[in-house]
Amino acid sequence: MAADPAVRVIDLRKAFGTTLVLDGISLEVRPGEAVALLGANGAGKTTLLKILATLWRPTRGTATVAGFDCARQPERVRERVGLVAHGTLVYDDLTALENLRFWSVLSGATVGTSDLRDALAAVELEPFADERVRSLSAGMKRRLSLARVVLARPEVMLLDEPSAGLDPQGKKWLEEYLQVFKARGGAILMATHSFGRGLNVADRIVILAGGRIVLERPRTTLTPDELARLYALHTEDGP
Amino acid sequence: MRFARRAWIVVWKDLTIEGRSKETLNALLFFSLLLLFLFQFALGPDRERLASVLPGLLWLGFILSGLLGLGRTFVGERENDCWDGLRLAPGDKSAIYLGKLAGNLLLMLLVETTLLALFAVFFNVDIGPAAPGLALVVGLGTIGLAAIGTLFAAMTAQVRARELLFPVLLLPVQVPVLLGTVKATEAVLLGEPLGAVAHWLRLLAAADVVYVAIGVLTFDFILDG
Repeated sequence: MAADPAVRVIDLRKAFGTTLVLDGISLEVRPGEAVALLGANGAGKTTLLKILATLWRPTRGTATVAGFDCARQPERVRERVGLVAHGTLVYDDLTALENLRFWSVLSGATVGTSDLRDALAAVELEPFADERVRSLSAGMKRRLSLARVVLARPEVMLLDEPSAGLDPQGKKWLEEYLQVFKARGGAILMATHSFGRGLNVADRIVILAGGRIVLERPRTTLTPDELARLYALHTEDGP
Repeated sequence: MRFARRAWIVVWKDLTIEGRSKETLNALLFFSLLLLFLFQFALGPDRERLASVLPGLLWLGFILSGLLGLGRTFVGERENDCWDGLRLAPGDKSAIYLGKLAGNLLLMLLVETTLLALFAVFFNVDIGPAAPGLALVVGLGTIGLAAIGTLFAAMTAQVRARELLFPVLLLPVQVPVLLGTVKATEAVLLGEPLGAVAHWLRLLAAADVVYVAIGVLTFDFILDG
């Protein structure tokens, strides 16, 4: 029997004033599965992730994480999701280590300095542990943001352009980390514009356009050329 | 214990960042100094006139510098979307409120102590004998101001006209606290015993309890917008 979905979205709608951003999205992500959301700017990818992360409430429909309703049980959901968004959620005037300590204590985790250093080592930032974040590059800040999520050990990862700003080495590390996360039963929902390496981790590809799902296919059934053709067809745009 | 650790880490974070950037502290100290110069020019050396307006001036300085400092409480959280991080942190959000409140309180008390010392020097006032009573009144008044100010700073943090809205919301609510603090400060500076202003002190203590309780009970809803 298949496992219960880690993420379940049913007929989800989100409107900002008169602008409908999500228009009846239904989607499931099972434990150990990664789904990549593709779509042009404004297709609704970030909105969907923010609703699942409990930052925004849906206008209609339901979104659940590990069986908990994102709108009605946000605290339960927050204990289970890790969000890597456009903003890195780090303080520029704290060091990398201090940032991790702050977020882990605030989340109620009991972690020692060695755990924090291990998390930094996992994203290859250990040598910069005591550097102020202000002095780190955008890619390094993105890695620190990932370390923050790694430390929280979430069941579901919501990633919005996770490889943005990462160098090839960072992208390789991210792919490897997400593969291990998946193998341990973690679920991943990832919004991306990348048609290359970033998609390797995905089991399914979902293309959003105008707030609707216009294509949903297993990744292995699509060649890169075919994906690019379908993407252009549905979004009237190329990669 | 976990709640206290979460509140403490917020205080530690805010004070560490302030200690490194010194953005708020420098601005507040400079602003306080500027106020003192203005008051000095406006009032001149007339000591009798000064004695009658000193409590009001003192609290005007506290309130104005408090408005500046409190209004910046959540400015740092907009950096890199950290506001979202606070919202997403699981657990009771009132720990964040109490941490923010404690950080504000420490900064405000530091600025107020400096302002008091400068007042004493600039206006040649001997506040030594009144110091214990003054400390009590200033402490009670500052807790009330910081408690409701921290809450309103969170409410207006995501609003476009926050700089305008924040004092407009805060000052009317502060009226009972202001009234009590000015009256109690006047009595203390005139050398009256604290018993003579016990009713004002009780009002201040009650306002503090009510304001902190409102903050603790409502912060979760305010943070989640």
